[in-house]
Amino acid sequence: MNIDIRSVSFRYPSGQLALDNVSLSISKGETLALIGENGAGKTTLVKQMNALLRPTNGRVDVGEWDVAEHSTAQMARRVSFLFQNPDDQLFARRVWDEVAFGPRNLSLSEPEIEQRVNRALDRVGLLDKAESHPYDLQYTDRKLIALAATLAMEAPILVLDEPTIGQDARQRERVASILQELAAQHRTILLVSHDLDFCARTAERVVVMAEGRILADGPTEQVLAENEILDQAAVIAPQLMRLSQALKLSPPKLRVDDFVDAYASRKARPT
Amino acid sequence: MIEFRDFSYRYPTAAADSLSSLSLQIPRGQFCAVVGANGAGKSTFCFAASGFIPHFFRGEAHGSVELAGKPLAEAEFGSLAAEVGIVFQNPFNQISGARFTVREEIAFGLENLGVERGEMQTRIQLALEVVDLVDVAERSPFELSGGQQQRVALASMFAMRPQVLVLDEPTSQLDPRGTREVFRAIAALSEAGTTIILAGHKLEWLAEFADRAILLDQGRVIADGDPDTIFAMETMGEVGVGRTQFTDVAAAAQRAGMLKDHAALPVTLAQAEAFFS
Repeated sequence: MNIDIRSVSFRYPSGQLALDNVSLSISKGETLALIGENGAGKTTLVKQMNALLRPTNGRVDVGEWDVAEHSTAQMARRVSFLFQNPDDQLFARRVWDEVAFGPRNLSLSEPEIEQRVNRALDRVGLLDKAESHPYDLQYTDRKLIALAATLAMEAPILVLDEPTIGQDARQRERVASILQELAAQHRTILLVSHDLDFCARTAERVVVMAEGRILADGPTEQVLAENEILDQAAVIAPQLMRLSQALKLSPPKLRVDDFVDAYASRKARPT
Repeated sequence: MIEFRDFSYRYPTAAADSLSSLSLQIPRGQFCAVVGANGAGKSTFCFAASGFIPHFFRGEAHGSVELAGKPLAEAEFGSLAAEVGIVFQNPFNQISGARFTVREEIAFGLENLGVERGEMQTRIQLALEVVDLVDVAERSPFELSGGQQQRVALASMFAMRPQVLVLDEPTSQLDPRGTREVFRAIAALSEAGTTIILAGHKLEWLAEFADRAILLDQGRVIADGDPDTIFAMETMGEVGVGRTQFTDVAAAAQRAGMLKDHAALPVTLAQAEAFFS
């Protein structure tokens, strides 16, 4: 199922133009990171994909569905959404019920719901918190609960708005491995993130946004090497990109193992 | 100076201490980073350093936390706000919502302190400039992005001019440039003599600006010293904090026998460049 965004503009009721004639096609199974500063239009763009916001102009198709003709509830079958602030998303009194809420609305059988909820909680490492009240948990755990709720929808497309905020190394590692698993299942992942080190190792394609427009779109290694564009978008390149550039390692390497291999082979070469 | 004296604390209904037998001093003007995995006690440390423990959270405390020789437990909580400011992890919890604009939101704390009007305007203007929110001063804080809201929370605290500023992941919602601006603003306050206690995960920035790093694990201080030394330690990975990718690649290269065992692994870009060159 592809996503096709054609000449979409969006103006908030305040008059602010948040998206300015954006076109973007995303193929099934892609992991794409949307980057750019706060207010660049990233979240506004992804909200067009499940009808949380509707374009002022232009059109969005998800598969053969024109989003304009579908409700957010209908879109939820295709596009599962992790909000930036988990507290916008969590409302049940029990973690388990929170994660079950979405699948329940898909009118699945009770055993199927149970299976999905347990699987999703286990995947984020919080199965032991199933009986807790979401607000008794720490912020980062609430975010992981919200991620579990997103996973439990088992939708073909996942939109993850800042999935790694405030997380420590182990939690980020876990989220990275969840993304890898989803990618292996050919799910489409749209990652909205300021965590460029995380984007660098998880996304194959990067779209840079600024002031409601797309500044660059392409393979991760290429886009993140465009210093001028990143600067224009108020983004700072990931650590290994900066180190690759400082050491004139070309092409740059964005994963630790790749970096070390490339450095080793360069050292082995006679100069 | 802030001093923890054999301080332990357990939340109500918790089975274990969130902080265990902490003894340390943070001198006036120091920029002190507090790092650790989530759940290691960073937020609890922030609450204890700001008097939220025991004034707001009940639970069970032993030992004491003192500001300039006076136990925070004995201070009046209302007046403590003028001496120790705290910025929370989630700005959505901090903005009072009692006011309509960003400017009024920042004024809120100052009104409660009874700051004189002219002085108040000066402080608000300076705070807006420091966090770069002058352009949105007349807008509602709730119309702003997560990152801008976080800067509103910071500006509200800056304006109170506390001796000590406690920050619990103050840049978690910010974009990279916003993060850099906030770190620079915090560093400027630190240079002006404000004691900074900052809990967070952004090691690259902390290495650049902090004078000291305290590593927490399961409520205990397991390392305390120069940030460059602490952040390069293997223990950082073992306790789930991780290290910068500069440290990770250097350690991997060293393990692969590519580089001589250097005395110190790099933490920042400049150090990594020197390490590999």
